[in-house]
Amino acid sequence: MVTVAFTSTSFSQSNPESPSVVQPGAPGQKTTKLPSDMKGTLPPVTEKDREFMRGMIHHHAQAVEMVDLMRTRTKNEELLRFGERISQTQASEIEFMERWLEMRSKKKPDKMQHKMDKGMHKKHKEMKSKKVQGDHSEHQMLMPGMLTPKEMKALAAARDDKFDYLFLVGMIKHHEGALVMVDDLFSTPGAGQDAEMFTFATDVDSSQRVEIKLMQEMLRKKERRKIRK
Amino acid sequence: MKIRKTNARLFCASIILLSLALITGAQAPSAQTPKLPEGMVGPDTSDPRTKLSAGLHDAGVASYGLKLTSSYKKPSNFLPSGESTGVETRRTQMAKKIGFSNTDIAFQGNTLFLGNYFGINIYDISDAGKAKLLTSMVCPGGQGDVSVYKNLMFMSVEAPNGRLDCGAQGFPRRADRRLAAEKERFRGVRIFDISNIREPKQVGAVQSCRGSHTHTLVKNVKDKDNVYIYISGASYVRSNEELAGCKDGPPATTPDSSRFSIDIIKVPLAAPEKSRIISSPRLFKDETGKIDALKDAGSHARKGRVFSSDHCHDITVYEELGLAAGACSGNGILIDISDPEKPRRIHSVKDKNFAYWHSATFSNDGSKVVFTDEWGGGGGARCRATDPLVWGANALFNLENRKLNFVSYHKLPAAQGKTENCVAHNGSLIPVPGRDIKVQAWYQGGVSIMDFTDLKNPKEIAYFDRGPVDPEFRFTGGPWSTYWYNGYIYSSEIARGLDVLDLVPSKYLTQNEIDAAKSVKMSSFNIQTQERLMIPNNMAVAKAYVDQLARSESVSKKDISKFRKAIAKAEKSGSSMKNKKKLKKVAKSLRKNAKKSKNADVKMRMNALASVLENPVVGTSSE
Repeated sequence: MVTVAFTSTSFSQSNPESPSVVQPGAPGQKTTKLPSDMKGTLPPVTEKDREFMRGMIHHHAQAVEMVDLMRTRTKNEELLRFGERISQTQASEIEFMERWLEMRSKKKPDKMQHKMDKGMHKKHKEMKSKKVQGDHSEHQMLMPGMLTPKEMKALAAARDDKFDYLFLVGMIKHHEGALVMVDDLFSTPGAGQDAEMFTFATDVDSSQRVEIKLMQEMLRKKERRKIRK
Repeated sequence: MKIRKTNARLFCASIILLSLALITGAQAPSAQTPKLPEGMVGPDTSDPRTKLSAGLHDAGVASYGLKLTSSYKKPSNFLPSGESTGVETRRTQMAKKIGFSNTDIAFQGNTLFLGNYFGINIYDISDAGKAKLLTSMVCPGGQGDVSVYKNLMFMSVEAPNGRLDCGAQGFPRRADRRLAAEKERFRGVRIFDISNIREPKQVGAVQSCRGSHTHTLVKNVKDKDNVYIYISGASYVRSNEELAGCKDGPPATTPDSSRFSIDIIKVPLAAPEKSRIISSPRLFKDETGKIDALKDAGSHARKGRVFSSDHCHDITVYEELGLAAGACSGNGILIDISDPEKPRRIHSVKDKNFAYWHSATFSNDGSKVVFTDEWGGGGGARCRATDPLVWGANALFNLENRKLNFVSYHKLPAAQGKTENCVAHNGSLIPVPGRDIKVQAWYQGGVSIMDFTDLKNPKEIAYFDRGPVDPEFRFTGGPWSTYWYNGYIYSSEIARGLDVLDLVPSKYLTQNEIDAAKSVKMSSFNIQTQERLMIPNNMAVAKAYVDQLARSESVSKKDISKFRKAIAKAEKSGSSMKNKKKLKKVAKSLRKNAKKSKNADVKMRMNALASVLENPVVGTSSE
């Protein structure tokens, strides 16, 4: 029986008998006793995981940008509310991804990183002032499903019904791109094993599928109305 | 303004933190200044829970009608080693202190099973209000949701680091491998023999195409030799190379898609190693055979794929009713399980305010269903002042003639901070007779108890909440599952450990009602396997009904005191013939009054009280 005390007193147990620490084997195999001071092992994180997060931040930022456009270009209540929900979801997911990346980055935040942060900061500031970005270099790296600069311009120029239509079609395409990214992640050897990463990617997949479905329904409603007219 | 203040504070801290501050500042503007959508109502910002101080183990606490009796940090084995993995910042240090996430809970006798992404911790809870760690079982592969039946323990594995041999190393990338397929990977349901509680042994492991996010233990009263496990798999479909028969693709061209179904494992109790998937019923199919029928007719399909509900997150079975309620991505569904091998969808609902159908709970009498919406998947801050009370909430349905009818929403009423992940999550019924009460986990929104007796006016009657894990950054934490079991409330805290809570009387809940709930005994409890909580005919229950009649103010004070006197007398002098007669007389007048009453709840309580008094069990009123 293990009698070694827990190494860290802050986590020591008040139990008189030490709990047993065990690891079962494959089905049918025996269970192994582990030293009571064993520590957890984190699953491996690959470069693909980091790449996915960086790409998804970029991808999500465009959804936030699209909703920012929406606020002054439509009066469709249902769409406005729905858009706000997308925006809040994606913006807070960006926060999460940034924290995740920082914790798994191999190097200390160096000058490069600093520059990138500043760049993002600037970009978001521009978004805040609700200006559409004319700087095409921002969009050089288009993740799957992202709208091209041309498509973004068309969206920014549209109003009301036309805007609603372009927004829905664009956001459906945008969301479908996220699903492609998740697909790609899980079909890459070694990727997606980190618990937070896995949960996040799975949630993105589930929730965006639901949102796509809702947007498709809105689009269908719109078309039906058009036909009636 | 807020951003500047945050930055200024961090600037003073250190140079490394400065770059963090920039990241904070760089977060998308909508996250910094979200607005409550027009026409919608948000949570209360003046609630004492809104501004609690942060801390992993020393956060501020606010509670009402609940008290924490004890709490237990995660065993150190479930924390990663302190070795540096790269950058060391306050955030990385906090992540190490938090360790692997705790998940769902199951109970059997005096034993509590606490799931975790790294394995399962087993506690002895025979000492009231306390827990003692018996076993830490290392076996990674989230979520680690657990259920227990006799000598068998079942565990859900979905994450791709899960290994058949419970190894913690995952699958390091190998240069010679082009495909992601790994024969040693395990995603599905593990089966352990727990005859020796200190040494669980893996006896079976049933692989499935999408792994098991959660699972449901299904019993069949007509078959004592087998149980079933319904697998809810919410994640990606693995490749055919890794597990033969797994397929992904658009339903129109992939009629044998691994999506749009659940998997059913048949477990022979005498030979659990022979457990296997016997079928994968198409719960979303229509009469024409379309497997993805749960969506509006007349598909638009302009570009690319059309999405419809393709999995369930939770399925709660209520065997006695022959029904199950499935929370299935974009829909809530009602399933006929009279033949547990052939579940059949009989009704479905959708809701424009629901982002993701997550879980379902029946009321004890089966006339109501609470569905939860896990908007944002549980990692997001969804209880801020600007998050509407109808998003990420509970939706309450009336269940009549095997049809669900929406009645109202209920959400945690207190606003939470932006570093607190918060949305409706797992909870269970508290068996207070005469009322429908559910205790529920809201992640970092804390524990909240909802009274939904009146479906139109659900209300919060008790809560327990801590401040955020961290003041600056949103770490996933808070209660994952909070369940009532034999008199106490056990709460699985994702980041902090295990909490045990006790009810405290308040104007919403009397000591008699608490005593009555505590007199209800369960021999085991698996959350997705709902069983009727049998209310005994004891005096605690009688007193609880009297308190409720008094609260409703629909019975005269004179009558109330008459009931109380009769019950007190019966308690004092036992079940003599004379006392029995006296109680019967009171019961008779109650029945008469019940007939006259126009209020359905009052009528129900009068009749329920009368039944207790007609056949009282005296002397075991409470613990």
